[in-house]
Amino acid sequence: MTSLSHNMKRRLIQWIAFAMTNAQIGNLGMGKLYKGPWKQFCSPGLNCYSCPAAVTACPIGAMQAVGGAGQFNISFYIIGILMLIGILLGRAVCGFLCPFGLFQELLHKLPSPKRLLPWKKLIYLKYVVLIVFVILLPAIFTNYMGIGDPAFCKYICPAGTLEGGIPLLLTHPELRQAAGNLFLWKMMLLLAVIIGSVVIERFFCKVLCPLGAIYGLLNRFSVYHLHVDDKKCISCGACSRLCPMEISPVFSPDSAECIRCGKCAGQCPEQAIHMVWKK
Amino acid sequence: MSRRRGIQILIGLAGAFLVVMGIERGEVPVVLHKAVNICLECIGIG
Repeated sequence: MTSLSHNMKRRLIQWIAFAMTNAQIGNLGMGKLYKGPWKQFCSPGLNCYSCPAAVTACPIGAMQAVGGAGQFNISFYIIGILMLIGILLGRAVCGFLCPFGLFQELLHKLPSPKRLLPWKKLIYLKYVVLIVFVILLPAIFTNYMGIGDPAFCKYICPAGTLEGGIPLLLTHPELRQAAGNLFLWKMMLLLAVIIGSVVIERFFCKVLCPLGAIYGLLNRFSVYHLHVDDKKCISCGACSRLCPMEISPVFSPDSAECIRCGKCAGQCPEQAIHMVWKK
Repeated sequence: MSRRRGIQILIGLAGAFLVVMGIERGEVPVVLHKAVNICLECIGIG
């Protein structure tokens, strides 16, 4: 029996994670949300809790919900969960467990001209999104009841539009009647992310994802990480050419951009790169 | 113990502490309430 390649195993884990995160598939046709106790917990990846199929809460949505709740300005619960997941896996969550990451990888398989990011500094935009839209705006701009809008979810998140907006508007005529300019904006943004992901690998992960920004900060110390054997490396550059996140795994094995997909390790001609749990 | 391992343990403990603190101050019902109801902002209705 042929053993599965690393990439096939990773794809299998991605599909399993997608299925587990969105196990309430029967709700899609009815436009109902799962209301059970699993929604107290967060999925590790970006997955809208208004998706009818979603079993768990979205960590970014939950962070904004608690931050904008009035009595709290910041969520210790969600930050703590993200620290625990992040210190264990770092951005391996993006590479293995995030449903929206899987969606982007599938989009990138569509035939089209392929490009790298036109401007490398765009990768810092996701930190601006995190600080402004996820942390500051929900806490600062509140209504008369002291409640703030989840600004990232409201103005940016394409996962919410794709997984929540489209299925719910298809099954709820009253929501379709209420849809206006904001929905139009979000659909245009979703379209831009879809086109971006077809052309540029992992476009949303690179440029806009606040969850990737958080996990990336913990890449330097995560338990699961990249190890490069300097004695074996011949600096051929094969790993850099292959990297979907446009980094050099050899020079920056702990880069905040690395999603631990392992493509570099699989193709290294000298087997100098390994994905490891222990140093 | 290596520096990396030490930082991992520190961040892990800090994360666990924050989770407990968040539960203690009542954040979980807020998360649950938001997650089980249709988030009009998330789906573009506002």
